[in-house]
Amino acid sequence: MGQRLFICGVFLGFSLVLQFLKTGFQIVGEDQNGVYTGYNVSAWRTDNLAKQLSRKVRVLCWVMTAPQYLKTRTQHVRATWAQHCNAVLYMSSETSDFPTVGLNVSEGRDQLYWKTIRALQYIHTHHLHTADWFLKADDDTFVVMENLRRFLCRQDTEQPVYFGHRFRVFIKQGYMSGGAGYVLSREALRRFIQGFSSGRCTHTSSVEDLALGQCMETMGVKAGDSRDEEQREAFNPFRPDQHLLNPGTKKPTFEYSYYPKIRGPGCCSDFAISFHYIRPEQMYELQYYTYHLHPFGYKYRFNPADTLNCTADYSHS
Amino acid sequence: MLSEGSSFLKGMVLGGVFCLILSLLGTFSPGITSQTEQHLHHHLKPLSKEELQKLSENQMSEVTQQVQVYCVIMVTPKILVYWATANDTWSKHCDRSVFYSSESAKALEAVDLQEQDEWARLRKALLHAYENAGGLRWFFIARPTTFAIIENLKYLVLVKDPSEPFYIGHVQKSGELEYVEYESGIVLSYEALKRLVGMFKDESKCPERAHALWKVSEEKQLATCLKYSGVFAENGEDAQGKELFNKKTVGMLISDSMVQNPNDVVEACCSDMAITFSGMNPSQMQVMMYGVYRLRPYGHNFHDSLTFLPPKGSDND
Repeated sequence: MGQRLFICGVFLGFSLVLQFLKTGFQIVGEDQNGVYTGYNVSAWRTDNLAKQLSRKVRVLCWVMTAPQYLKTRTQHVRATWAQHCNAVLYMSSETSDFPTVGLNVSEGRDQLYWKTIRALQYIHTHHLHTADWFLKADDDTFVVMENLRRFLCRQDTEQPVYFGHRFRVFIKQGYMSGGAGYVLSREALRRFIQGFSSGRCTHTSSVEDLALGQCMETMGVKAGDSRDEEQREAFNPFRPDQHLLNPGTKKPTFEYSYYPKIRGPGCCSDFAISFHYIRPEQMYELQYYTYHLHPFGYKYRFNPADTLNCTADYSHS
Repeated sequence: MLSEGSSFLKGMVLGGVFCLILSLLGTFSPGITSQTEQHLHHHLKPLSKEELQKLSENQMSEVTQQVQVYCVIMVTPKILVYWATANDTWSKHCDRSVFYSSESAKALEAVDLQEQDEWARLRKALLHAYENAGGLRWFFIARPTTFAIIENLKYLVLVKDPSEPFYIGHVQKSGELEYVEYESGIVLSYEALKRLVGMFKDESKCPERAHALWKVSEEKQLATCLKYSGVFAENGEDAQGKELFNKKTVGMLISDSMVQNPNDVVEACCSDMAITFSGMNPSQMQVMMYGVYRLRPYGHNFHDSLTFLPPKGSDND
């Protein structure tokens, strides 16, 4: 009997001390512990205005690509900025499950303008009213669609006009850099197609942005100014570092710009629309900087009014 | 009866003692070792949005006043360009930033500590910072290639009391010692620094020159000295457990994520409120200024409950 009691005592003593030690520290711990609600940190961010703008200003993105780039480049476009388009088409020489639209062309630098022509014909035939504006991008262009819509909101798609990073060389009114992306109004698209069906526009060169620019000028489509309220460029034909650093690049096309070229922080709008020569890693990096990383509470220096009222005069708002 | 009772009691005592011994040996821990206290303190997260909103206007302004950061930036003349870049970029967002150098050099505006030994230099820098703190109550220690988003640091420590000891960063373990990784930045509250400076006087526990045959890194020496004064390392993370202090660049983390999480690269990579990235070259730092403090999508808004103004006389943020 005594032995059993002894053994019971051992167990009891053991578990009592165990309980005491456990709960004692837990109580202390809870007091010192903060309250972790485990909510989603990015819930600070609301994007209602961006969503509303997306319904108001519909943009169809078409991405110039090729079969060999689908896995190495285009899939990263699809995973990042293309998600923000109202509609997106991947233009290639072959149809595929990516999905790509197969145009009646072959691949290669000398075929680029043919690709553009066929792509725009395809869009005109099938998607003229899918969207209000038609953006061309390369598979190494990074685009911030919300910033494009902010700009386009104040423009009229029934006017013959197109926008992008304006170059001043070769064509009187200038033309838009292909790599930085350019966007056509519905009327501009109609006129481009009319140009080819009437013979006023032909395949003049394989330098697609230059050749398109020639057709635009021929058909009376205006090369517009897409700089922001502080005269900073929004469409950028190079990588961010090449624009932000001084000197960032020695490439001759850097000097082609229609408007005074600024190297350093004044180069680029806070509401940048595009950058070019972006490799996949950088696509995700830019996605992170644009849509995720945020300095808590920071009051941005450039703070134009938040508005859906797109009739406000752009140059003075 | 008595003998039965006493054998029961003896059993209890034995059981209790047995339990205590086992736990002290650490072979089984019902959560009672000092590790528990450390563990509960171990992960430091910021206030949730809901908690933030509960603070009154007065509390908010009081808190904004209190959370001022003194940046201790360690540089050497060999890498002058890193001093120049840090000076021109992120350090402008510190309430005070002071550069500490191993030796003097023309054009380098830094406190010359005249010290080649890394640990001795760090000690001297921290002593200087403590003596010149003014009213500043938080200290951030950076290596030359570290980029810090001070606003997010402030958010992390927003309602933490600097008269309590805090030692925060990315925590690593070496044997029994938990230390904050130097490369990804170290945060100390005023109280932690005060205790550290007090501990500097103890040559046996916190020697200025290592007596051991092998050199112990400064980060571990720091941790040891702090540990002796009752200050323990805490890992800074966001509400989802993502690291806030990083010893890699954004690019490297993205590349890692592309391999590990190809379907969710950016989401899985890095925190929205990350505080540090490291291993960055000067060009990357300039680009980061643009990416953090300027580039953003129109129509996305933040309701951060607190405002930090941009620094005066700066053009790259």
